[in-house]
Parts: sequence; C-alpha cells; structure tokens
Amino acid sequence: MAIGVTGQQAGQVTEAIRVAVPDKGLKQDLRAIGIVWRRELIRFRSDRLRAITSLVQPVLFLFVLGTGLSGLASHGLPSGIDFKTFIYPGVLAMSVLFTAIFSAASIVWDREFGFLREMLVAPVSRSAIVIGKCLGGATVSTFQGILILALAGLAHVPYDPVLFLILIGELLLLSFTLTAFGVMMAARITQIQAFMALTQMLVMPLFFLSGALYPLNGLPGWLTVLTRLNPLTYIVAPMRHAVFSHLNIPPEMVNALSPGLTWFGWPVPVGVSLGIVAVMGATMLGIAIAEFQRTE
Amino acid sequence: MSEPAVLVDGLVKRYGEVEAVRGIGFEVAPGETFGFLGPNGAGKSTTIKILCTLAAPTSGTARVAGYDVVKNRDTVRRNIGLVFQDPTLDSYLTGEQNLRFHADLYGVPRQQLAPRMRQVLEMVGLWDRRQAVVATYSGGMKRRLEIARGLLHAPRVLFLDEPTVGLDPQTRSSIWEYINDLKQREDITIFLTTHYMDEAENCDRIAIIDHGKIVAIDTPENLKASVGKDRVQIRTADDQTAIAELKERFELEAAIHDGMVTFNVESGEQFVPRLFEGLSQQIKAVSVSRPSLDDVFMSYTGKTIRDAEATAGDRNRAQIMAFRRGR
Repeated sequence: MAIGVTGQQAGQVTEAIRVAVPDKGLKQDLRAIGIVWRRELIRFRSDRLRAITSLVQPVLFLFVLGTGLSGLASHGLPSGIDFKTFIYPGVLAMSVLFTAIFSAASIVWDREFGFLREMLVAPVSRSAIVIGKCLGGATVSTFQGILILALAGLAHVPYDPVLFLILIGELLLLSFTLTAFGVMMAARITQIQAFMALTQMLVMPLFFLSGALYPLNGLPGWLTVLTRLNPLTYIVAPMRHAVFSHLNIPPEMVNALSPGLTWFGWPVPVGVSLGIVAVMGATMLGIAIAEFQRTE
Repeated sequence: MSEPAVLVDGLVKRYGEVEAVRGIGFEVAPGETFGFLGPNGAGKSTTIKILCTLAAPTSGTARVAGYDVVKNRDTVRRNIGLVFQDPTLDSYLTGEQNLRFHADLYGVPRQQLAPRMRQVLEMVGLWDRRQAVVATYSGGMKRRLEIARGLLHAPRVLFLDEPTVGLDPQTRSSIWEYINDLKQREDITIFLTTHYMDEAENCDRIAIIDHGKIVAIDTPENLKASVGKDRVQIRTADDQTAIAELKERFELEAAIHDGMVTFNVESGEQFVPRLFEGLSQQIKAVSVSRPSLDDVFMSYTGKTIRDAEATAGDRNRAQIMAFRRGR
C-alpha cells in the first residue's frame, strides 16, 4: 500500500529543502515575540463575539448607570458637568480590565489543548513567549478601549487628538500590567474554571475601589486606604486628570472634579502614579517569566 | 556523521519511589526507523520525554543528534521534530498559520519558508486544505499536520510518540504510508513509540521495553525468528483441565491469555490433529498463528501486551498518582 503512494508521487519527488536553523539569539527571540503577539491578534480578529460581548459591561455602566444617576449626582457636580463625563475615564479603564485579564486566560486554554507545549519545547527563551503573550494581550485590550474611546462624544468628552494620545498611552500601560498579572496567575492556575472564578472575583472589587465612580477625596478612612492599595486607582486618577484638563472649564473646577491622588495629604504627581503602574507591570512580568522557566 | 542519531547509556528516571525507567541503554543509527514497543506504563513516554529534553534523567546520559540532552538542551531542540501523543495544534488558526507560528519559533529562514512549507504540506497531502481552520480537520488530518509541522525545520531526528493512537485502522495505515513516504524523501532518523504490534513491524529495529527495562532489541525479523514457534490458541469446555492435560500429555506450558488457552509449539498446523486426539475436553475453537511481535513480547515477558497493559499500566499510574498526592 505504501508503494501506491510513492509510485504515484514519484514524478514530483524533489530534494528535501535543507533548512539551516540559526543559533539562539536576540534576533530569534524578537521573532518569537512577534509571532506570539501576532497570534493573539489573529485570534482576536476571528472572535468578534468576544469583542462585542466585552463592550456590553462598560456601555451599561456609562449609559445606563451614568444616565440613571445623573439627576442625583448633578447636586454634587458643577452645573454643565454631566455625571457620564465624570465616570468616563473609569469606564474606559474598565473596558480593558476584562479583556486584558481574559486574554491571559488563553494560556490556561493553551495548556489544556496542548498548544502551550508547542511553545515551551521550542528552542527560544521562555521570556520571549511570555513577553509576546503580554504584548498581544495589551494590544488586543487597548483596541477594546479604543472602541469605548470612540464613544467619547456621547459622554461630552471632546475628540481632542492630544487627549486621545494620552489616553491610548495610559490604556496601553494599564493593559500591559493587567495582562502580566493574568499571565502570572495563569502560570500557577491550570484549570480554566478556577482561573475564571478568580478573575471574576477580583475584577469587580478592583473596579469599585479604583475611584472610577466617585472622587477620591473626602472618603472615610477605611475606603481611603483601600483605594490607595488598589493598583487600578493609579491609572484612573491620571486618566481623569487628562480628561478634565481638556474640558473647556476653569482650573478651579478641574481641581474640584479631579482632585488627584494623595498619600497622607501629599498629592501624588501623575508621573509617579503612572510609574507605579509600570513598575508593577514589570514586576509581574518578571514573576511570570520566572514561573514559566521553572515548569518542566 | 557516523555518530549515532540517538545514544543512551544507563538511563534512569525515578518519580519518588517509582522507577519509571530502570537503567536502559541503546543506540540508533542515522537514517534508521527505531521503534520502542511496550505496554502503556512501561517507560516509553518517560524515555521519549528525556530524549526530547522535556524531563531530566535521574542518572545516566542521553545524546540526540550528537548533543547531550541536559547540557545542550536548546541545540537538541533545534535538531529534533516532535509529534506528541496528544494534539498540540491551535485549532483556531489555519493549517498554514500553525506552520508559520512554528517556523518563527524555530527560526526557519524566511526565504526558505514558503518552498519548505509547500513541500511538507504536499508530503502529507494537506496543501489544498492549508487555508482551512484546523478545527475543521479530521483526526487523521490533524495528525498529518503535526507531522508536517514537526518536519518543517528539517530536524535530524523525528520523534513520534504513539503517532496513530486514537485513530481508526484506515487512518492509521494512511499515516504509515506518509511516514514511509517521508523516509524516501528526507534524510532523517525516526524514533517512535507504539503499543501496536503491527505498527512496530514498520521499524528497522525494535526495542521491547517492559517495566522500565529493555528486554530485547533487534530487527522485527530476527525477533520473530528467535521465537520460532507458532502460537496456538484454543477454547475448550473446561480450560483448566485442558491446561493440565497439555502439560501432562504434551509437556506444553499453557496459560490463559485474551480469554483463550494459549501455548507455543513448533509446526502448529501439524500439531492440531494430535491435539484433538490427546485432549479429553471438547475443543470449541482453534487458531494457529505464525510468530508475531506479540509472541516475541510474550516470549520475553511471559504475557501478551494486552495482559501487561491491564496490570502494569494501572499499577504504575496508581503509584505515580499516589506519589504526586503525597508530595
């Protein structure tokens, strides 16, 4: 039976193409990062349902909660300022929260369906795979945030190119840190149910304690402490600052609406705030890489 | 170049108190198709994992394509292709995208990629389906795609861990056609594990492994010749009495395997008429077969591969599980 096949194809037998695989090096690792990153994009593009469903929650918060509470909230806001505008930066952060953490869940899937093995047996460093994965998740979820960014006008936020660049940069930073967090967890948690349950449990407290829905000043002591411990707070505050400083309103009103983050009365500069998020992202990336280097 | 493709010496792998591999050694010559035959739990998969750098040996050495699997892990990885027992494809990607992913991870030079990709896809008959998402492939197509992917970076040794497990008989034989065909085209050594006797016959040489040890290593022909005797299986009204009578009257050691009284005897066909005269029990069914690898396995281990699987596999797995739980 083997003869049939070889005989039939004998006419087209050609020399096997000699492939010379290069030695390990930075160029190799960059190429590996590139393909792991691209795979995330390909999968995201083919999964339109996920893109749509993960828009539902931010849209609900912005337009249903935002509109519903606007009458009540108007008493605490200067006239002409919509509650939707106030919560817009927080909702923006939320839109990447789900996508970023869930994109890390694909590692758990990959492990279950064996594809992780294909990556782990390759002659590239594990860090290339983890970095590629984090960049992929960051890109995909930033894209998700950009969809919410497109709705800015409906929350009375101006379509200002500088503002948009700042916000996209901040979304990218946030997405990367969140994906690194997810990947770090995925290194240890091997069951998809457990991973999903844990992220579900974490996402809402993170969101509610970030100051996305209320200002960070004048809170009771316990809530002040909790908000300051929440990493998400350090990205929501700069985002809100960016949005309000691009509105056409007097500076004292900006300060009232976006009082900024304080530690025991010391106002935390935007740079420090973003730096904290970046350092956390880098730390979790480092832990994730170490975890994956340990396995097998 | 005369260096062995695989060189194993005194290899031991211990999981806690369980010795999965108990000091094995062998050589595989370049270009050879070498088969590891044994029941589940005999130590096949553990050995292949060590050779593929996925597990570290407890003691002993292993060299693949001339490199030490512990000291030169990445070099070994670049020189081997792997097809695992369980699928490792991304079913959301197309066949072509899966190969492209592999090419980038293994650093296949870009200018060689397109012709090489076409070559391996045509070799396994999937060139026309390359744009289809892998989720739409059949089980046999997926396995073929994995073989194509394992060959993409032109490895010197291709490892196939149970390449046809879980496939229907027709697909199994077609996978073997592709493997035999690829031997004609590529300058490659194939190392495979199987627990199917009929598949082991496709190998140039076979190592029979049982309880973590190699019990025999030779060509299929030589192994079969070493047994010499035919296998006779009978079903009788009272098997225990039949076994006793076989020993008493013919001096034959018989035992029940696969539900039938089984024994080996020279010139089986000529023995059968004597059997009918000599046994008091009514014989309901008889089968005589030429020595197969199954008989080889039996003559070296005292049991058929199915018997061995029923006991060894379960026991080993239970021990390993207990060890993992206890840790």
